[in-house]
Amino acid sequence: MFSEFLQYLLSGITIGSTYGLVGLGFFIIYNASHVINFAQGEFVMIGGMGTVFMMQAGLPMPVAIIMAILLTIVIGMLLEKLAIEPSRKNASVVTLIIITIGASIFLRGLAQVVWDKDFHTMPAFSGEETIHILGAVIVPQNLWVLGGGGVIVLAIMYFFGRTALGKAMLATAYNPLAAQLVGINIRTTLLWSFGLSGLLGAIAGILVAPITFTSYDIGIMLGLKGFCAVILGGFSHGWAAIVGGIIVGVAESLGAGYISSEYKDAIAFIIILLVLFFMPDGLFGRRGTDRV
Amino acid sequence: MIRKWVKKGLAASVAATVALGISYGNAVAADPIKIGTFLSVTGPASFLGDPELKTLQIYVDELNAGGGVLGRKLELVHYDVQHDAKKAQTAVKRLIEDDKVDVIIGGSTSGQTMAVIPLMEAAEMPFISLAGAVAIVEPVKKWTFKTPHTDKMACAKIFEDMNKQGIKSIAMISGTGGFGKSMRGQCTALAPAYNIKIVADETYGPKDTDMTPQLTKIKNTDGVQAVLNPGFGQGPAIVTKNFGQLGFKVPMYQSHGVASKKYIDLAGSASEGVRLPAAALLVANKLPDNDPQKAVLVSYMSTYESKTKDAVSTFGGHAYDGLQMVVAAMQRAGGTDKAKVRDEIEKTSGYIGTGGIVHMSATDHLGLDLSAFKMLEIRNGDWSLIK
Amino acid sequence: MTLKHPSTGGLLILAVIIAILPSILPNNFYMDVAIRIGLNAIVCIGLNLLIGYAGQISLGHAGFVGLGAYGSAILTGEFGWPAIPAMLVTALFVALLAFVLARPVLRLKGHFLAMATLGMGIIISIVLNTEARWTGGPDGMAVQPMMFFEYMVFGEAVWYWIVGAALLIAVWLSLNLIDSPVGRALRAVHGSEVAAEVCGVNTTQYKVKVFVISAVFASVSGSMLAHYGAFVSPEDASFFRSIELVTMVVLGGMASTYGAVVGATILTILPQALARFEDLEHMVFGLILMLTMIFMPKGLVPTLSAKFRRSPVKVEAESEAQGGGAT
Repeated sequence: MFSEFLQYLLSGITIGSTYGLVGLGFFIIYNASHVINFAQGEFVMIGGMGTVFMMQAGLPMPVAIIMAILLTIVIGMLLEKLAIEPSRKNASVVTLIIITIGASIFLRGLAQVVWDKDFHTMPAFSGEETIHILGAVIVPQNLWVLGGGGVIVLAIMYFFGRTALGKAMLATAYNPLAAQLVGINIRTTLLWSFGLSGLLGAIAGILVAPITFTSYDIGIMLGLKGFCAVILGGFSHGWAAIVGGIIVGVAESLGAGYISSEYKDAIAFIIILLVLFFMPDGLFGRRGTDRV
Repeated sequence: MIRKWVKKGLAASVAATVALGISYGNAVAADPIKIGTFLSVTGPASFLGDPELKTLQIYVDELNAGGGVLGRKLELVHYDVQHDAKKAQTAVKRLIEDDKVDVIIGGSTSGQTMAVIPLMEAAEMPFISLAGAVAIVEPVKKWTFKTPHTDKMACAKIFEDMNKQGIKSIAMISGTGGFGKSMRGQCTALAPAYNIKIVADETYGPKDTDMTPQLTKIKNTDGVQAVLNPGFGQGPAIVTKNFGQLGFKVPMYQSHGVASKKYIDLAGSASEGVRLPAAALLVANKLPDNDPQKAVLVSYMSTYESKTKDAVSTFGGHAYDGLQMVVAAMQRAGGTDKAKVRDEIEKTSGYIGTGGIVHMSATDHLGLDLSAFKMLEIRNGDWSLIK
Repeated sequence: MTLKHPSTGGLLILAVIIAILPSILPNNFYMDVAIRIGLNAIVCIGLNLLIGYAGQISLGHAGFVGLGAYGSAILTGEFGWPAIPAMLVTALFVALLAFVLARPVLRLKGHFLAMATLGMGIIISIVLNTEARWTGGPDGMAVQPMMFFEYMVFGEAVWYWIVGAALLIAVWLSLNLIDSPVGRALRAVHGSEVAAEVCGVNTTQYKVKVFVISAVFASVSGSMLAHYGAFVSPEDASFFRSIELVTMVVLGGMASTYGAVVGATILTILPQALARFEDLEHMVFGLILMLTMIFMPKGLVPTLSAKFRRSPVKVEAESEAQGGGAT
């Protein structure tokens, strides 16, 4: 019985860390620009699909991975430059949401034309030999996802806490005018926030592709679940998005195991609705404070 | 300026009249036969619609290169309906009302097919569906036929094999897409007839990326002697992978929904030993030479693979069978009169296709029996035939 | 922002267009497209009240369309109800559901509201997919044709007039609502919720009203869709359908009833026009969404009518003609 529970937990944590990484992408862009980027899931897709197709073109895996990450960063920045910046000044939240939804549909359509409509797999980074823990099993790739998630969270915390660009991003979100007055270039800051978000998405997409496969439309569900993660965690802390993601993942996994696998997907959304209705700032949000 | 325009206009209209005259002269003999089709070429079922459309295009071109049918060229009119029953309805209305096609082959999924059957019947349009569900042809609808084996037959074939292996109690993990859901229903209904008990019944969503929880539950259920996974798309590949990771000791059965090379590629080494029922197409080269289907299968496979550079799948084969049966029916009917073509399709007998040898009748608009299904096992990353 | 008076002019033009369209359309396929335009337009008119006037986004409205469609399908099919009472009871049920959900949902702002409505729509679509005993599951199910006493309502020719009439009623209702105290209050909410509240407008109450009204429009359209197509499938309630509906509203023009009709018209015809380039459909669709929002955040009809307004002679009638003209 315990091993069963542990298995649900481990599966939930792995898949939940993916949601968390996607959620972290939402978090960064939101904190820099107050935009919710519905194309975040597509960054995940471009990371995975990019790597697969560059490997098919004959590049060795590490090179393909780096190229795919760069590609996603560029696309993220283009999205900011071409779609968000021209309309940011006086656009309402509704307008910005629709622009990013349009971008996600466009990127999906583009991927389908440029690449293809099939599912693809990627070799696991360090073999497929299963690891047994107290009767539950995981594959090494799970550890890569967890480790990758951990490293990224630490890096992000360092970035926002210690580097000039990170602090500039926070300042821009807090008060754009004041930020400008102290000499922060808002445009560049926003551009970098989309680039960074693309980087995170791409890494998430590449880490999970050996487990979940990848295809042009994998971003839809991952994007929505990532959105759930960040709403659940609240927009106050980067780590909260990861924790939110893990909660969603574990709830789904336990739900599928103990309640009903048919309603597994609904579980995430039911949790979200409850959280929104009863604690709209998320589990770890600080009510009444400005989001930093 | 104006004079110039008038001159140009005159010249153009003269040219047009001449051109029309010429084409009219030919048209009497060679008004094209219009074959309508609506398929899921994009969207989640594109792995069905894509090979189906490519197959139709390849063979329509081939037939035209060989002089067409009844001295007339074939024209393929196609609309992509993604995964949407409503789009299918509109596409069919367009084919019937606007394009005035002579026959319709299409409907990659059962949902689309069921949504358009009333339109086909009302318009009295011969229609060959490429979807799996048994409900399409049971009860028989006058104008509707289909080429793929039904999900019910897949269940029967799998249970037959289980009986041979002495398997009595199984676990089922099904996709919640139309295919998985329909087959799950058929298998559940059919199991008692084969003395098989379903002791665990799990599902997963079409976009799920981890089925470990469901499989863990199955693994901890007592008495599971085999796991059956009705579903198509990437889902079964993930199930197979997770199944391998959890270290199951029992055999896994898949459905004909995974009968494409893509499944083996995705699932990797975990697919070793998986058994499934499928049309003989996948093992065309391994069939004995005296097998009546062999020539047809090898020819379709080599044509498809050389023209598209993709691995052959049984889905494209369904479209091939549909087209060949329609063409043969038109030839026998001596024209494209819809009622006559319908009657001739119904009289199809002994047609050797990729799906099997078809014998249709007024009470059977599929015309395949269990012998058309082969039981395959995946060995060394390839299909192999179980005797 | 100028206040619009519900002029009968635009309505009349729309009625004339609906009246003469069948004599121009060459065959039933075009009639089918026209009917689907009408059905989409009815949902969009309701959704426009919510998005355009109350300033509240909903990414889950297809859920209400789906409930309407399945409600009618189940009540007529499983319980043998006549179609009209089934449609009314379904609409009542949807109204009730929307009313219960409205308060907690509409308390949320911006993307939280987007998330909540999106989640709501997805949960509805998962239920429709799963409860196969009642809904036929992912493959959908057949629906009884609508019976009006002894007469079976069937075929494009009949449905065209039913949907046409329903569309006119929807437009009329919407125009009246916008000009009523509710409408004025809503515009105040859209402008500045705080200011509206300070002036004594009970903003929540108005937002709830509009949310319920828009859900009912969606439900009725869904019921008609179910009977017309004689088939329901969970795609009617999918997330992508919700996005499509929002796109129709914003493309045509937020806060413009005729804009909603124009948006529905363009985006229902577009996939048919792009049918030969199926792979590009999504790209074009996404591009339209982005470009409209970037360059014409107010949408087609308000942007164009503002252009016409600059010329001194033509004022209100022009914008209405624009709205009706493209129908």
